[in-house]
Amino acid sequence: MTSLYNADGSSVACTLIEAGPCVVTQVKTVENDGYEAIQLGFGEKKEKNTSKPLAGHFKKAGTTPKRKLVEFKTFEKSLSLGETIDATLFTEGDFVDAIGSAKGRGFQGVVKRHGFGGVGGQTHGQHNRARHPGSIGACSFPSRVFKGLRMAGRMGNNRVKVQNLQILKVYPEQNLIVVSGSVPGAKNSFVILEK
Amino acid sequence: MSELIKLVEADNAARRNDIPDFNSGDTVNVHVKIREGNKERIQIFTGAVIQRKNAGSNGETFTVRKVSNGVGVERIFPILSPNIEKIEVVRFGAVRRSRLYYLRGKQGKAAKIKEKKK
Repeated sequence: MTSLYNADGSSVACTLIEAGPCVVTQVKTVENDGYEAIQLGFGEKKEKNTSKPLAGHFKKAGTTPKRKLVEFKTFEKSLSLGETIDATLFTEGDFVDAIGSAKGRGFQGVVKRHGFGGVGGQTHGQHNRARHPGSIGACSFPSRVFKGLRMAGRMGNNRVKVQNLQILKVYPEQNLIVVSGSVPGAKNSFVILEK
Repeated sequence: MSELIKLVEADNAARRNDIPDFNSGDTVNVHVKIREGNKERIQIFTGAVIQRKNAGSNGETFTVRKVSNGVGVERIFPILSPNIEKIEVVRFGAVRRSRLYYLRGKQGKAAKIKEKKK
């Protein structure tokens, strides 16, 4: 991430995304697969790290093995097998959604995980429950804890979609796009961009 | 990846060359562009630099303090902001620390910064 300046001089946080080159590795059709979709592959992978079934899949498309394969159901262009697309698909000023898997946070309490306020203050007899959830239900009725009650637990590592990121710049030579704001996931992780 | 970040920041790096060398303690004239409707004019903010933060980075800022009508005014400028027309160094100050927060509690002669000897 870095920052750029707007026309009015305000600073905008932005993220750099390498958008392509992506190769069409499969075209799914209603006759063959029951639905229409396009499968894109991105990122290089060693031949020896590719399983034989996948290696055959890439050979059919006439490309080298790819690290990530993603299916897109309604693609704006009709593409054929083995075709390459790159960052020129995006134009400056467009809005895109970014989908990725969030950074894993491990086991977290309710304050961080669900945004609870914690219990009370530091006085009035309280000393050891500042970040606790408080009551988790009533008494003899219903005499159980409701399902789905928000509690502490594993946080992050889930699929997250961030909507309406504006494309600030496109560098076609480097296949690089710059979007406003942040995207889910760690550095060098994969994100899916949707227009 | 860092190569790509440098590419995006290249415009800013070019702008950095036009900025004079100044540090905390120096008195500067900051020419700020101000937009009023469609008109644009330049306002000069003069004061002592009391800090420079995140030096060398894309988000570097500096804080200028002046006393206006007996009221202390501090403005924080992003050093690479396109709203800054130019920065002039009026005088170099001799100070012994990089963050001059102690000026906030001082008035008049006590808030004076000694000039650096050449």
